[in-house]
Amino acid sequence: MNEIARREILPVGGVDTVSTAWWGMACLIATEAILFVYLIFSYVYLGSQQAGPWPPSGPPSLKLAIPNTVILIASSFLLGWGVLPFKRRHDKRRLVLALAGTIGLGAIFITIQGFEWASKPFVFSTNAYTSAFFILTGVHMAHVAVGVLILIMLLIWTLMGRFDGPHHEHLPLGALYWHFVDVVWLAVFTTAYLVPQFK
Amino acid sequence: MVTQAETIDSPEGRKLLSLWETAPGLYGWLASVDHKSIGIRYLCTAFFFLIIGGIEALVMRVQLAQPDLKVLSPDAYNQLFSMHGTTMMFLYALPMLSGFSNYLWPLMLGSRDMAFPRLNALSYWVFLLAGIFLYVSFPIGQAPNGGWFAYVPNTSLPYDPGINMDVYALGLIFLGVSTVVGSANFIVTLLRCRAPGMSVNRLPIIVWGTFTASAANLLAVPAVSLACAMLWLDRRYGTHFFEVSGGGQPLLWQHLFWIFGHPWVYALVLPAMGIVSDALPVFCRRPLVGYTLVAISTVATMILGFGVWVHHMFATGLPVMSLSFFSAASFVIAVPSAIGVFCWIATIWTGKLQFKTPFLFFAGFVMLFVIGGVSGFMTASVALDWQLTDSYFIVAHLHYVLLGINVFPVVGGIYYWFPKMSGKMLDERLGRWTFWTMFIGFNVAFFPMHVTGLMGMPRRVYTYPAEMGVGWLNLISSIGAFVFAIGVLLFLINIAKGLKSGAPAGNNPWDAPTLEWATTSPPPVYNFATIPQVASRYPLWEDRLKESDERSIIGDLARDGMVLDKGKETIGVTPLDAEPNVVLKMPGDSILPFLLALGMTALFFGLLAHVIWLTALGVVCEIVILALWLTPKPHVAEEEVEVYE
Repeated sequence: MNEIARREILPVGGVDTVSTAWWGMACLIATEAILFVYLIFSYVYLGSQQAGPWPPSGPPSLKLAIPNTVILIASSFLLGWGVLPFKRRHDKRRLVLALAGTIGLGAIFITIQGFEWASKPFVFSTNAYTSAFFILTGVHMAHVAVGVLILIMLLIWTLMGRFDGPHHEHLPLGALYWHFVDVVWLAVFTTAYLVPQFK
Repeated sequence: MVTQAETIDSPEGRKLLSLWETAPGLYGWLASVDHKSIGIRYLCTAFFFLIIGGIEALVMRVQLAQPDLKVLSPDAYNQLFSMHGTTMMFLYALPMLSGFSNYLWPLMLGSRDMAFPRLNALSYWVFLLAGIFLYVSFPIGQAPNGGWFAYVPNTSLPYDPGINMDVYALGLIFLGVSTVVGSANFIVTLLRCRAPGMSVNRLPIIVWGTFTASAANLLAVPAVSLACAMLWLDRRYGTHFFEVSGGGQPLLWQHLFWIFGHPWVYALVLPAMGIVSDALPVFCRRPLVGYTLVAISTVATMILGFGVWVHHMFATGLPVMSLSFFSAASFVIAVPSAIGVFCWIATIWTGKLQFKTPFLFFAGFVMLFVIGGVSGFMTASVALDWQLTDSYFIVAHLHYVLLGINVFPVVGGIYYWFPKMSGKMLDERLGRWTFWTMFIGFNVAFFPMHVTGLMGMPRRVYTYPAEMGVGWLNLISSIGAFVFAIGVLLFLINIAKGLKSGAPAGNNPWDAPTLEWATTSPPPVYNFATIPQVASRYPLWEDRLKESDERSIIGDLARDGMVLDKGKETIGVTPLDAEPNVVLKMPGDSILPFLLALGMTALFFGLLAHVIWLTALGVVCEIVILALWLTPKPHVAEEEVEVYE
């Protein structure tokens, strides 16, 4: 039997890029991001192949879409306000406030988007444009819903005291996903709402 | 020096065993997260699907053996060729390679498991259940019938009203989950779960191959999942993605499918080429010629592979400018492939050859790859492709590529690693018979198809008139197909014989250089009693190659290296240089992956049968299981790691 030559102190699990979970989340975000690239590609491709105007029913109204965009982006800042400093100062109240607030803003976004969809003069199956529009915004909305579920779980775990110990990698990873969902909205919003205004 | 067996029997070995062992019984079987059992399950399941797909092919070859036969109805023939393609492309070719990589990676990389063992189990269960899902409508004669690439409008509702293509569309989305989570696992495992010192320039080539394929899958699979979702929505909810009267575009399907499809083809071959690059040199008694070139061309092939998808669409009336670009890209991709071929030939040329069964399969692969590569190069030319596309020439090309580059290395790879997996050798004499039967059968079956195609026989047609004059060629192909099938049968007999009465293999029967051969055969559940320290590309050949004075520490034998027995744990390293920087706690047995896969099955069956409550039940299950899966568990912040020397 050999002798112990040396001892090293290593972190267990690790935080940020030292943990494997961070890389797992990076893979998830990569594959989801490329999904949106394909969605936008499909939307643009169908538009580019149209004989008539695109969208055929005229540019979509920005009346609800702009405030909704502001709400979603604001939610990202609110979440960052709560999660970012948590690593250094365990300010649990601020974290709970931020999580609850972000969940609220996410729910408002989904509700407003629901109203906007309902006010459209067309449905999913009307034509190629409506199909492309609803699948693009619909897949994004599904991601917002998943993001809200993640934040709810984080809130529950925070309240249960699961992050009182030295490990709270779940928080920045959940937040990363939420920021991703918000950044993707900017691409979706630009493609489906802004660009058609300039035609 | 302490031997392997003594390590296993020592108190330290028993401690590790108690930490790592899977629970006995049915629960343990369903809950195992051991990469070795998952790897073997992948291999067996994928081989089972190979046999199913093979039987479908044989039935088609009976139908095609002579002109105007009526063995199969046109509709049955459509279902058979569609399921043959779908099975081979999705349920055999990639899962088979995932099986190899799952089994081998942690052993080759000097780790104790994959980065996410439960995700690994999930990836297997979803693969199995999605495979069953794709076959669910087969018994009622409603299997997918639009070919493996399912072109619209042929597959849209008015022309294909059954549930056939719904099964295909939903089945591929379902299977995509398995592929994507498996790929993410490979990527993170490579980046983080290696032995200290296993830097990127020391990785076995199969690791490069699977890593490249996984990165590509991560970026390519969403394209086909989206296309399938659109197809299903078009069919069942009246959307207009592909349907012209509502402003849709049939070509959108082809773009999305082939943006996925071509990288996918490379994902099916790069890990298999990796098998050859790692195992062929062992039988040439020398390191691979041009390791760096082969590694770079592996990655380069994949990068170029994302820019050639339109060569599947040369005959769809796209602008000449676009055709020229994609034609040029398709020519360029021959360069990295040729680099690989020259490296293998140079390895054989300059080696001291041992004509064992695996060598025969690998050398056979080189030849078949050259033939398949040349016919691919021919079809990269737009003008020639217009003559050849949709003919049997393409059938010949794609089978040379896929059987040549996937099946032959896979069977050779099983001959090579079976001793490690089972501790027993396969029969060498029967192995040679297997090779020659398969090799001759394959060429007799597929080489004539080049001519059949040039004579004008279209693919995917259930029969042909005698006046075409291709009856004799088809008969030869049919005979060859059955000879090939006999070869596969001989292989299975050899496996059965080997498991029952194979000679004991020992740790390293081929005197191979890589880390997996340092453990016992089969390896203990924890792989390495201590974490190895890698000092070169060929840890077990260092005394012979004398590239430097440094020597690798091979985990088990003398209990050198890191101990890591304060729980089920392994070491995490920095992505490029493999410096240890974190202790990774590994999950124990878990039933959650299996349950998650079951929930997903409920969801997809609900969608297929339009049963809302079943879909909703599936979704709720998924949410609850994922919440349980991801629940944070308390553990210490840091740990003292002892290193023996």
